[in-house]
Amino acid sequence: MAADPSPKIVIVDESPIRAAILEEGLREAGFAGVTHISEMHNLLARIYALDPDVILIDLENPSRDVLEQMFQVSRAVRRPIAMFVDQSDTASIQASVDAGVSAYIVGGLKKERVKPILDLCISRFNAFAKLQDELERTKSALEDRKIIDRAKGILMKLKGLTEDEAYVLLRSTAMREKKKIGEIAQSIVTASELLK
Amino acid sequence: MTGHPLRIGFIPLVDAAALIVAVDKGFAAAEGLDVTLVREVSWSNVRDKLNIGLFDAAHLLAPVAIASSLGLGHVKVPIVAPFNLGLNGNAITVSPALHAAIMGEIEGDRFDPMATALALSRVVAARRKSYAEPLTFGMTFPFSTHNYQLRFWMAAGGVDPDEDVRMVVLPPPYMVDSLASGHVDAFCVGAPWNSIAVDLGKGHILHFVSDILVCAAEKVLAVRSNWAEKNAEVLAALIRAHHRAVGFIKHRDNRAAVADMLAQPQRVGVPAEIIQRTLAGWLKISPDGAMRESSRYLVLGRDDAERPDPRQAAWLYAQMVRWGQASLGPDALKAAKAVFRPDLYDAALGGEAGAGQTGSDPLGAFAGPAFDGNDLPTYLAAFKIARRLP
Repeated sequence: MAADPSPKIVIVDESPIRAAILEEGLREAGFAGVTHISEMHNLLARIYALDPDVILIDLENPSRDVLEQMFQVSRAVRRPIAMFVDQSDTASIQASVDAGVSAYIVGGLKKERVKPILDLCISRFNAFAKLQDELERTKSALEDRKIIDRAKGILMKLKGLTEDEAYVLLRSTAMREKKKIGEIAQSIVTASELLK
Repeated sequence: MTGHPLRIGFIPLVDAAALIVAVDKGFAAAEGLDVTLVREVSWSNVRDKLNIGLFDAAHLLAPVAIASSLGLGHVKVPIVAPFNLGLNGNAITVSPALHAAIMGEIEGDRFDPMATALALSRVVAARRKSYAEPLTFGMTFPFSTHNYQLRFWMAAGGVDPDEDVRMVVLPPPYMVDSLASGHVDAFCVGAPWNSIAVDLGKGHILHFVSDILVCAAEKVLAVRSNWAEKNAEVLAALIRAHHRAVGFIKHRDNRAAVADMLAQPQRVGVPAEIIQRTLAGWLKISPDGAMRESSRYLVLGRDDAERPDPRQAAWLYAQMVRWGQASLGPDALKAAKAVFRPDLYDAALGGEAGAGQTGSDPLGAFAGPAFDGNDLPTYLAAFKIARRLP
C-alpha cells in the first residue's frame, strides 16, 4: 500500500506576511503541498482547481461566506466539512477563533492528521498577532520619543532649563495630572504652535 | 452602577438599526444592559461566534438561525429568535447590460415580477442559443433570504437557478465591484448596497423583494436556546430595549437621527443620506435618476413586524427543502417553526406587545399557491422547478 501522501493545503489570506509565516511553519513541519491564495475574485474556482484537502482562512476575511457555498450539494464534487462540525474538541475551536483562523477539511482526512495542522495555524496566527502588536507599540514609542524631544527643546528654550531638568518637569507634570509623558509633551508642542 | 455585560455581533447593514439604536440611544442601558456591539465581516463568523458562546446574541439571517437549529451543513446548535429585526429590505440589482436585455424582452409592467422573470427566461434562452456564458447571480449566503428570493423569482418564470444560471455567494461589500467588473450580472442584497450600485452608475434596481413576497422575515435577533433558558430576565430586558429602539426608528421625525447613528464608521459606515433613503423607502432605481417609492421596501418596526411569526420560519424551511438543502419531515418542520418565539416576545413586553402579522398567508408571494405551513408536501408539489434531496 502506498504511503499516505502529504495533504494539499490552501491558505486563503489577504495578508502576505501572515500567509508566509504560516506557509513556512507548515513546510518546516513537513507539509509540502501548501498554496497561498491572496486574490479573492473567483475564489471558489481557484480552490476547485487546486482541489485541496484542507483550506485555512483568516476570520477577518469576508470571503469566508464564499467557502460556505461548498457545503451545497450542487456542482461541487468533493464536499468539505468545517472544522466546527466536530464538536468533540471545543478547546481547539475556541483557540482557533481567538487566534482568528478557521479550517475547512475536504473529503475524508482523518482527525489525527488535521489536529497538528490546526495547532500550527493557531500558534503561527498568535505569533503574527504578537508581532503586529509589538510593531504597533514600537511605532508609538518612537512617536512619543520624537514628541518628548521636541517638548524638551521648547522647555529648555523658554524656561532656560537643562535637558535633564526639562525631562524631570515633564515627568512630574505627567504624574500629577495622571497622564502619559507623551500626552503632556504633545500638549506643550500643540500650545507652542498655537502661540507662535 | 454597571449593567449586565452582553456581547452582540452584527453585520454592517441597515437592518441592524434596532440593535444599534438600542445601544447608541441608551435603551439597552436603561434596561440595565451593558452591550458591546461587535462588527463582523461574515455571516459565518457571526454564526460561529454565537454558537461557541463568544457572542451572547447576534444580528442573524433568519434562515441561518433555522439551519443552525436543524444542523444543516454545520454544527447543530439550537437557536431561538424572539424578535424580528426587519422584514424585507433586499433588492435585486442588475447590470446595465442585463437590464437592457430584460427590458428588450419584457411584456407588461416592469415592476411585475412575473413579467421580468419571463423576460429573464427569454434572455437566458437566447444566450444559450448563442453559446454565451450563463448569467451569474450574486447572493450573500447559501442559507439566506437573498438566495431563496432570487430562486423563487426566476423559477416562476421558468429559469432553473441551478441549471440555467450560476448562483454565487459574495460578501455584500464586494457586490458592487463584482457587478462593475462583470464577475456577476446581477445580485440580491440588503441595504445599502443596491443604492450604492445605482449611485455609482453600475446597476439598476430591478425589484424590491417586496415585489416577490409582500412580507418576508429577514434578520432576527438570535440567541442560543440554552442561553435563553438560563438568562430569561436578561433576554426579556434585551427584547424590551429593542422594542423601544424600534419605536424610535419608526417615527418619521427621527429618521435623520437614526441615519446619523447608523452612518458612524464603527456601525454601518455609509453616508447618512443613503441610509435615510432606505429608511424612507424612497430609492433611486436607475443611474438616470428615476426614483421609486415603496412603504414595504424595508419594514422596521411598523405593522408589528417585530413579533416573530413561526409561519415565516416554516416558509424558509420549505425553501430549504425545495432547493435540496434539507429533507422534508414533520420533526424538522416543527424544529424550524420553534426557532421563531412569539411567546418570548409576548412575555417580555406584556401589554405592550404587538399582535404580529395577521391573515392566513402573511408571505403573499407573487406566484404559486398561498402558503400553507401545515401541509408542505402539497405546497411544494406545486413548484415544477425544484431540487429535492433523495
